[in-house]
This record gives sequence, C-alpha cells and structure tokens, in this order.
Amino acid sequence: MALLRKKSQTIDNKKPGLFTRLRERLSKSRSALADGLSGVFQAGRKIDATLVEELEELLLMADAGIEATERILADLRKQSDIKGATDASGLYDPLKQAMLDIIAPRAQPLQIPEHPARPFVILTVGVNGVGKTTTIGKLAHQLTQQGHSVMIAAGDTFRAAAIEQLQHWGERVGVRVVAQQHGADAAAVAHDAIQAASAQNCDVVIVDSAGRQHTHHDLMEELKKIKRVIGKLDETAPHEVLMVLDAGTGQNALSQLRHFNEAVGVTGLTLTKLDGTAKGGILFAIAMTTEIPIRFIGVGEGVEDLRRFDAAEFVDAIVG
Amino acid sequence: MFEQLRDRLGDTLTRLRGRGRLTEENIAEGLREVRMALLEADVALPVAKSFIEHVRERAVGQEVLHSLNPAQAVIKIVNDELIALMGEHNDALNLAARPPVVILMAGLQGSGKTTSVAKLARFLREREKKQVLVVSADIYRPAAIEQLARLAHDIGVDFFPSTVEQKPLEIAQAAIDEARRRALDVVIIDTAGRLHIDDEMMAEIKALHGAVDPVETLFVVDSMTGQDAVNTAQAFNAALPITGVILTKTDGDARGGAALSVRHVTGKPIKFLGIGEKTDALEPFFPDRVASRILGMGDVVSLVEEVERASDKEKTERLAAKLKKGKGFDLEDFRDQLAQIERMGGLSGLMDKLPGMGGMPAMQDQTAARETGKLIAIINSMTPRERRYPDMIRASRKRRIAAGSGTRVQDVNRLLKQFAQMQKMMKRMGKGGMAKMARSLQGKLPGMPF
Ligand SMILES: Nc1nc2c(ncn2[C@@H]2O[C@H](COP(=O)(O)OP(=O)(O)OP(=O)(O)O)[C@@H](O)[C@H]2O)c(=O)[nH]1
Ligand SMILES: Nc1nc2c(ncn2[C@@H]2O[C@H](COP(=O)(O)OP(=O)(O)OP(=O)(O)O)[C@@H](O)[C@H]2O)c(=O)[nH]1
Ligand SMILES: [Mg+2]
Ligand SMILES: [Mg+2]
Repeated sequence: MALLRKKSQTIDNKKPGLFTRLRERLSKSRSALADGLSGVFQAGRKIDATLVEELEELLLMADAGIEATERILADLRKQSDIKGATDASGLYDPLKQAMLDIIAPRAQPLQIPEHPARPFVILTVGVNGVGKTTTIGKLAHQLTQQGHSVMIAAGDTFRAAAIEQLQHWGERVGVRVVAQQHGADAAAVAHDAIQAASAQNCDVVIVDSAGRQHTHHDLMEELKKIKRVIGKLDETAPHEVLMVLDAGTGQNALSQLRHFNEAVGVTGLTLTKLDGTAKGGILFAIAMTTEIPIRFIGVGEGVEDLRRFDAAEFVDAIVG
Repeated sequence: MFEQLRDRLGDTLTRLRGRGRLTEENIAEGLREVRMALLEADVALPVAKSFIEHVRERAVGQEVLHSLNPAQAVIKIVNDELIALMGEHNDALNLAARPPVVILMAGLQGSGKTTSVAKLARFLREREKKQVLVVSADIYRPAAIEQLARLAHDIGVDFFPSTVEQKPLEIAQAAIDEARRRALDVVIIDTAGRLHIDDEMMAEIKALHGAVDPVETLFVVDSMTGQDAVNTAQAFNAALPITGVILTKTDGDARGGAALSVRHVTGKPIKFLGIGEKTDALEPFFPDRVASRILGMGDVVSLVEEVERASDKEKTERLAAKLKKGKGFDLEDFRDQLAQIERMGGLSGLMDKLPGMGGMPAMQDQTAARETGKLIAIINSMTPRERRYPDMIRASRKRRIAAGSGTRVQDVNRLLKQFAQMQKMMKRMGKGGMAKMARSLQGKLPGMPF
C-alpha cells in the first residue's frame, strides 16, 4: 500500500494549508489564457477590433466554445462601456465579471445532511477514463474527514481491475468497499451496498460505475437500470447523480452531458485534472446550456486533491 | 448542435453556388464557416488558422467546371487538404527491426494506454502472427498492473509480472531480457499516465525511453480532447521521439479535431484508432474517415465524387439550360434524375453518404432500390406526351400505366405527387445540382425511413 502513494507522497508530506496548496496546484501550470491575456491586456494598449479578435481567439483556445465566447465578449463590451475603459489593462476586471456572471450561479456545493435517516446515495457517472474512480476515492476521504460514515459500491464490474482499483482506494482512505466479482450485475452491487449501509446506519454510499460512451445505447440503458434499482430501495435515491468531466475535454463534453442527463438526470458535475494545462473552459459552454450545479474540481491524483468548486477561484485560475 | 453546424456550413456553401471560378471573395465566407466547423470539432485554433490559410491558397483561382458547383469544390479542397495533412495513407508499425521490437506507450492520465497495450498485443498476434510480451511500468495508479495482467490473461498474451516496489526502468529491462531469452518478437511497455508539465514524471519516461530504446514510441491521445491537445502533444513530442499516435475512444461522437492538432504539431502519423473498450476494438488509421468526421459532413466528398462520375453531364446541363429558359421540369427529366440516382447505387446508397443518414438497415436498402426501379418503370409506361404534360394523366390513363408497369394505381398517384413536389423544388432551385436534389428528396420518396 505504501508504495501506491509514491507519487502523492511528496505532496502529502508537504501538506501546507489546503488553500495554498490548491492555489499552487492550479497555478503551477499557468493557463494558456492567462499567458495570452497578459499580452492582450497590456497597459497602454488601445481597445480595438484587433484586441477583441485576439481575445476571442484566447477564449476559443480555452475550450469555451463559440457561443460562450460570443456571450463573454458581448458582456465585456457592455461592461467596459459602462466603466468607460479605454486602456486594455482595464479589461481584466470586466472580463472576470463577464465570466463570473456565467459560471457563478452554477457553484452550488453538494449538501449532505448531517445524519440522514437513510443513506445519502451518490451515483457517479461519466465517459471512459475521466477520473470517476479516483474522484470517489478522494470524495470518500473528504466526507470521512468531515465526520460522515461512508461506504463505496464497486459498480464498475466491467473494466479490467476496476474493482481492485477501487479496493485500493478504500484501503487508502479507510472506507469499506462493497464488491462482487468481475462481470456481476452492477445494479445488484449498488443494491447490496445500499442495503449494507442502511443496516449499519452509514451516512453516505458512493456508487462507482463503468466508464461508457454516451452514444452506446445499451450501456446507457444499463446505467438507467442501476438508477432504477437504487430508487427501489429508497424512492428519493440516488440523491446525487454526479457526472465527472475531464478538464481536457473539448466541445464533446456538451454531448456527453446532454446524453447522461437525458438518461439518468445529472444533478452535479465534477471537473477533474485541472492540475494540467487545460483549464476547463468548457464549463462556460456548459453553464450556458444547462443549470446543473458544479460541485467539485480535481487537482491531482492524491487523496487530498478534490476541492469544492469555487467560481471566483476558478475564474482567477483561468484568467491569471 | 452538429446538425446546426452542418446546416450552417451547408447554407454558406450553397450561397457560393453557380460561379465558375473560385475567387478570394467567394471562398472567404465559406472558409470562415469551415474555421468555425474546425473549432467546433476541437481542432486547436492555431492549427485551424494555418490550415485555413493553406486551403485559401490552394482554392483561389481554381476552376470549378469539372465539379458541379463551387461549394462542393471548396468542400473537396478542404477535405483533400485534411487528408493530406493527416498523412495520405496508413502508416503501419515498424516491426522489421531486430527482435524483440520494443514498443513504448506514453500519454496523459486515462487516455487509454493500458487498454491500447492489450489491443495492440492482440492485433500483432492475430494479424501479424507475432509473439508478444506485455509489461506494466505503472507503479503509481492503483491496480494498474493488475489491470494489464487481467487484460493479457483474457487475450492469452504473455504478461511479464511487475510490482509497485520495483522501478519502472528495472521492470522494462527485465521484461526485454526475458523476451530476448525466449526469442519473442515484440515487447509492449505500458507506462503510468502523466501530465506533460510534471517534470519528475517526464524525466522518468525520458530515462525509460533512453534505456530501452524503443522502435515505436506511441503517444496515446483521447479523441475527446479539446484545444489543449496541442500543448500536450508538443510537450510529449519534445520530451520523447514519438513515432506514432493512437487516437482512442473514437466510438463516441467526438469529432476528433485533436487528431488534426496532434498531427500538425508533432508531424507524426496517427497509426491506430481505438474504437471501443474491448480488446478487439482497434483499427489501423485511415485519414479520410477522420477527415470527414472532423468536417462533420458524412462522406460528403465521396458523394461529390460519385455525383461527378455517375451523373450524365450532358443531360444535367440540358436540364439546367431548359430550366434557365423557363421551361418546366417534366417527367422525362425526373426519369433521368432517377436513373442517375440508380446508377449511384440507389437512393439509399446516396443517403448513406449524406451526413447523419448513415447505417440504414439492409432491408430498407433493398426496398429503396426497388422503389427507384419501380418509379422508372412507371414513367417508362407513359407516352411521351404524358411525360411532358403530366396533368393529362387521369383515371383511365393511370390504370393503363399501372398495368403497363406492373404496379398499382396508388403507385402511379404517389409518383405523380412526388413529381409535383420535385417540380416545385426544381423551380426553387434553378440550376440543378444533383447533391442538393438528393438531399431534398429525403422523406419524399417511398421506402425511405425519413
Ligand atoms: N492529474 C490528474 N489525474 C487524475 C485526476 N483525477 C483522476 N486522474 C487520473 O486519471 C486516470 C483515470 O482515472 P480513473 O479514476 O481510473 O478514471 P475513471 O473515470 O474511473 O475511468 P474508467 O472507470 O476506466 O472509465 C488515473 O490515472 C487517475 O489517477 C486529477 O484530478 N488530476
Ligand atoms: N469507448 C472506448 N473506451 C476506451 C477506448 N480505449 C480505452 N478506453 C477506456 O478508457 C478508460 C481508460 O483506459 P485505460 O487504458 O485505463 O487508460 P490509461 O491511459 O492506461 O489510464 P492511466 O493508466 O490511468 O493513465 C477505460 O475505461 C478504457 O476501457 C476506446 O477506444 N473506446
Ligand atoms: Mg473507474
Ligand atoms: Mg494505464
């Protein structure tokens, strides 16, 4: 076990305040947008068509997508008119404001009742390899630290060693993982876990699911079944359908979200791998098309690398 | 969203119709839309821009006489250039080196490396009859080694065991030694996912690469990747002499612009596509398929080509002249058009090539082909006068035509109704383009499921 930690050990050992760490993580890789902006928003530069075009390009390069980019530019124009900005350096704040206007309403943390009568069930969904299982490990750790009792259901019975991966995480964060054998019915695993959790008065059950492409009809039907079976034990469950997105994803994230939402009703989003150079500009495009709350961000592979989504912090990280 | 985009692209390009030569002006607008299409497909902006510039240079002044209209000519140039950029043909793996041939995988977290190791091993064993050994140098991700062990077991390929206590370098070297001892053909080394900005981890894979001197170093990239693909590809390519790319998860609906970005910045060929989670879901890469996918237009270009080849130019031109002179589109013309469609493999064959229309069940295919034949038979049973003046076809004539063509009166009625619609359409269209006509036919012919 100790060796699994190799990579994260360096981080865990340092362990500065969580916020500093997050800031460090987020800014370790200055975003391309931030880099570009320092060129565009130079003091003394005039605000003209070329500038707007350069800005447009930077936003597009951050994966914001055409629609969100247009909206941000329109807002920026309005704002800078109001403020009578003439110097490019005066555009930082209006830009941040325009971005915040889009994204801030989506920053709604996941609320988990103190000691729920029945387990609070979180179903984790998303396409392949985005970081679902890792997010579950980190989330289980975070919730445990906050005093919740947590159980995990190894609902990915398809991918090779997905169960073992989750069991490693369970050991690492000291949380019980309910699992069956490879190839078992995922819905049955979820069912077992929730029953076990109810019996033991456990507060939270996090259900893993196999990564799947949202275009595969049968796999989406399987996911619906998992949700249905969970609902049979408690009609209010799952209490959260948490969809995980990779920050590096481009415009396809919109299609992913639409399909998963149609299938199982996504109630929250998590954006992973923000410690890379991709800064998740796709969230702006997403925030323009849905009102689904953004819950968490993933900033690394260590146990501590899951943070609550904070709109201002996110915009700061992206704009620099 | 993609449909909208397609429509937008279609609209702009349609406006370019009917001009004999591509000029700066008439392609500028079209290219702006192509730029948008590329961005929506996640082609990185700098790559999209340089690509567009390239297309502009190639397109200006080009004659469009041999194609049906300038719009299609632009699409064709865009498509040709996309294919050229992605490397005309399929680049196979270099397996000719002295065995054991070492293949090293590299890429970001979760891109599909481990799965691709198994797929590749299976591919090499089944298609190339190679004896393959796979090994995992991923000592970080929980259960990464177990994952590869399980996959190797499932496909019956040799797995070289490793543990998280070992160093990646030790693991790789031991595996290669083993392969040499056993005279195996290929060793595939899986590595941990890593961020290109993680200096420590990049140093690790550089050292690994230096020590094992792989024949192939494959960069594994997720087809859903957005604009950041340029940054990661650049960094990996700078750190390692990448020899090729595997583009994974193309079984989803990502447009895969990352393929173009990666190719553009690394200059390295895309060698394989991952097309599913199972170990047999690996395909050699063919640039044309990915090109049309990035453009989001189905096999629009092959449609253009087929139209060019199959359409009877003379008849098309005669029809155009007639329409221009204000003369009506009659049943004779309709029959010519239907015959052209039939030559192109039937309407369903045509529909298959149109965006979003692919994959019709074979059953409907046949029905549709039969329907086209039936329509032609009905028209053949008419007199020349009837073909010119369809209004004169009343009840008794309908019965005669039906009997003559072995159809029923309802069929004749349906044909006349379709013809009337077509006539209206032709009036609106003016100079007729086959592709456009075929598009407008959707849902208006029997046996078509739209
Ligand atoms: N750098 C970084 N890597 C991450 C983060 N979250 C997850 N990963 C890595 O991404 C890879 C895939 O993570 P998983 O948790 O297995 O992803 P998944 O969605 O469960 O994958 P499937 O179950 O195969 O669909 C692993 O190597 C993780 O360590 C993050 O926030 N930052
Ligand atoms: N649908 C689909 N899924 C794929 C494809 N290739 C890989 N996957 C899935 O993507 C996820 C991640 O694949 P892995 O092979 O574990 O990725 P990796 O790059 O080894 O991940 P790390 O070792 O954590 O960096 C798994 O769920 C795979 O099943 C593909 O072509 N299509
Ligand atoms: Mg998983
Ligand atoms: Mg792996």
